[in-house]
Amino acid sequence: MITSFVLRALEGRIVMAVAVLAAVALAVPASNLLLSPDSALHVPTYAVSLMGKYLCYALLALALDLVWGYCGILSLGHGAFFALGGYAMGMYLMRQIGSRGVYGNPVLPDFMVFLNWKELPWFWHGFDMFWFAMLMVLLVPGLLAFVFGWFAFRSRVNGVYLSIITQAMTYALMLAFFRNDMGFGGNNGLTDYKDILGFSVQADGTRAVLFALSALMLALCLVLASAITRSKFGKVLVGVRDAESRVRFLGFRVENIKLFTFVVSAMMAGIAGALFVPQVGIINPGEFAPANSIEVVVWTAVGGRGTLIGPIIGAVLVNGGKSFFTGAFPELWLYALGALFIGVTLFLPKGIVGTVQSGLAARRAMKAAARAEASGNDDRAPSQVQAAE
Amino acid sequence: MLIRFITLVLFLLSIATSSLAQSDPKALIDQLGKADFKQAEELIGQIAATGDPRVVPALNAFAEGDLYARKSDGAVFITKAAGADFTLIDPLSGESAGEAPKGSMVKLRINNNLRRVIRSATGGLTLLSPDRAVRLQAADAVLRSPSAENLELVEAALSKETDGEVRARMQEARAVSILISERPVDQKRAAIETVASLGGRGAISILMSAAPSLDAALKPDVDAAIARIETTQAFWDMGQNVWYGLSLGSVLLLAAIGLAITFGVMGIINMAHGEMVMLGAYSTYVVQEVIRTSAPNLFDWSLAIALPVAFLVTAAVGLVIERGVIRFLYGRPLETLLATWGVSLILQQLVRSIFGPTNQEVGNPSWMSGAFQLGQMQITWNRLWIVAFSLSIFIGLLVLMKRSAFGLQMRAVTQNRRMASSMGIRTPWVDAFTFALGSGIAGIAGVALSQIDNVSPNLGQSYIIDSFMVVVFGGVGNLWGTLVGALSLGVLNKFLEPWTGAVLGKILVLVLIILFIQKRPRGLFALKGRAVEA
Repeated sequence: MITSFVLRALEGRIVMAVAVLAAVALAVPASNLLLSPDSALHVPTYAVSLMGKYLCYALLALALDLVWGYCGILSLGHGAFFALGGYAMGMYLMRQIGSRGVYGNPVLPDFMVFLNWKELPWFWHGFDMFWFAMLMVLLVPGLLAFVFGWFAFRSRVNGVYLSIITQAMTYALMLAFFRNDMGFGGNNGLTDYKDILGFSVQADGTRAVLFALSALMLALCLVLASAITRSKFGKVLVGVRDAESRVRFLGFRVENIKLFTFVVSAMMAGIAGALFVPQVGIINPGEFAPANSIEVVVWTAVGGRGTLIGPIIGAVLVNGGKSFFTGAFPELWLYALGALFIGVTLFLPKGIVGTVQSGLAARRAMKAAARAEASGNDDRAPSQVQAAE
Repeated sequence: MLIRFITLVLFLLSIATSSLAQSDPKALIDQLGKADFKQAEELIGQIAATGDPRVVPALNAFAEGDLYARKSDGAVFITKAAGADFTLIDPLSGESAGEAPKGSMVKLRINNNLRRVIRSATGGLTLLSPDRAVRLQAADAVLRSPSAENLELVEAALSKETDGEVRARMQEARAVSILISERPVDQKRAAIETVASLGGRGAISILMSAAPSLDAALKPDVDAAIARIETTQAFWDMGQNVWYGLSLGSVLLLAAIGLAITFGVMGIINMAHGEMVMLGAYSTYVVQEVIRTSAPNLFDWSLAIALPVAFLVTAAVGLVIERGVIRFLYGRPLETLLATWGVSLILQQLVRSIFGPTNQEVGNPSWMSGAFQLGQMQITWNRLWIVAFSLSIFIGLLVLMKRSAFGLQMRAVTQNRRMASSMGIRTPWVDAFTFALGSGIAGIAGVALSQIDNVSPNLGQSYIIDSFMVVVFGGVGNLWGTLVGALSLGVLNKFLEPWTGAVLGKILVLVLIILFIQKRPRGLFALKGRAVEA
């Protein structure tokens, strides 16, 4: 049964995307590690980290697409799940520093020594173990999403209201993490990592492996998301998006369906955050900023929501553009981003992938119509055109 | 025997001369020149006891270290440095007494203990000044640093005082002095009552510090008095908190009221709302800059001039946004959210490119600065104006919505667009002008907020989430809901703050709102009927 679940996921586009991601996961680290720096095909280490960052963003956008594109929940707080996953990873990395910190305390991270704390707060225990930290990467965002969704979906908060309270959630978390008393490093966040599982985070090899892991994890989550959306459950999900009341009247527990999707999506966002932190080298409360979460929405919108592949393309394109603009014309970046927001919503409501898809489908339908006309069977053509659209 | 007698006579004579000198302040001041610290303390007491207000400048000069004795004859003068010389001033008459080289004068040494003694002595002396303001000040000085020695002076002054306010203040000063004097118990009991009626934290600390030296019989009186003051103090503290809360609430109301139209009435999720507030604040800045350079005497009117300017600027920008972007997105609220967010990014960057990323200086007109005291509450003028201003905007808007033809059309279009259109209302224009109105009001809010917040390109960002919270909490589509929502959130925030600190208080308020929306998804004052599902 599981095989059929997975097999159904492997539709043509998804297979292609997974293949591309696998190839990238192999080729980029290989060229970084094996080719000499003079070679034209050599990818410098900073570029590996940069692309690794894009892949993490792509995973975050994919997670958002699952809830927004398929379930109609526009979450403006997905950055919070991302940041929480990142903080869980950051806490593990902080514990790995051990006595190599500035103050040389074997147990307490530097900022706690600086704040004159005597012992580790209870929620920092266990983060010296990798497996525990990884569990928390999944559980903490998942639990927050579960509690939040449990309340919100049961009381049928939806549409704009849900968007606004998710935004309030990430805003409240941002304010909370900015406080020194919270025990997460306050304003400065967690940084100055030394190593991960014994490998130095600065080393080229570690960075290459992290990049490959990001690509593979993205491929894995893509298959999972595809499996979910192409299953029977996925059909109900789209039903919830398009006509929530009707699905409810048919006897489905809409709130449970939404809750499940929301939690899965939050966990994916947590994974993205956990992969993001060692490659960027810092996590701070700024990641909770509502503006970040809204930016994720625009990546998804640019790529095309409800397409799974679209958000990945959107995230890479927009962030690539951001890196280019902020380097070349720093003044212009916000104009470009703002124009992108407006342009996409006005002229490209389906996003890049969605527009290309419907364009292809329309061509196919026209060809089919032409063929049908040629064979003299013209009463089937209009319905096909409609179905394709 | 004879020698003893002579000594006695000489001694009596010396007492006689010294007591004779006592009545002459000039001689007493001259004695200061030869006195050590201990003697000086006594002398100051004697000088004060003359009750002659003319000695005050000399004592003050002593405290300041400006009192010098002439080496040749020991005469004491107030001095002012004039190049290498001193200008000598007669300590009593205040008239100039020529000049003297610095080397010929010896400074009278002073220490903190003497300064304190002088302070309380002059406090007592100026009680008799013919100037009402000086007497009031003196009574205040005694009230702040009472001493038992001054008591008789205070009472003497009290017996002559006719002015009601000064008299009341002197009575309080007398009571405070009695507490630390050797007066009998019943006088002290009355004094405790007087001090207790003063109220405030100052009265508590006076009673607390006097309590250990008081008679045991007075202990219950002191405790009762302190308890009574604390009760009234708690009441005033609550009043102050409510005031702070209302003041914060009116800021929230200002920020949210434009959104109550664009989001509440029209249903547009206008993420660029904060930027409208920001543009309003920058309009104020530009108006003030123009006034500073061309007509500085109009500065006190700058806000009044900025109001229409800000309204027109932001309403025009709002009109452009509605016609250019939003009208294509009606019925797609989430897309509107993204597009207006894009607009907000562009506006922010635009302002940053023109005015630079740093905070701009916006001045307060004179009638908005300063504060006044209401009972135990401190109320600043700018906060008071903002409360009044936001309430008047609210009332104006309410009148516009309920009483004007435009308001009628606006409500008709939001309640049933097709019906309104059939009745001949040009719905697209009503949409455009409603959005412009909401934006314009946000701009006016910006004028007020420029007085209490930093005017920077990020100004709007800090209000956008709060504004949405207020509108959602109060209930979409209901102006009264926005008013009640804003004020109650403001007061709630200020009441949480003492327990939790500012940031945690804000977080708690956000969490409470999130929970509240679960309970009542449509806010405090939910619209009922068919319009809800639209």
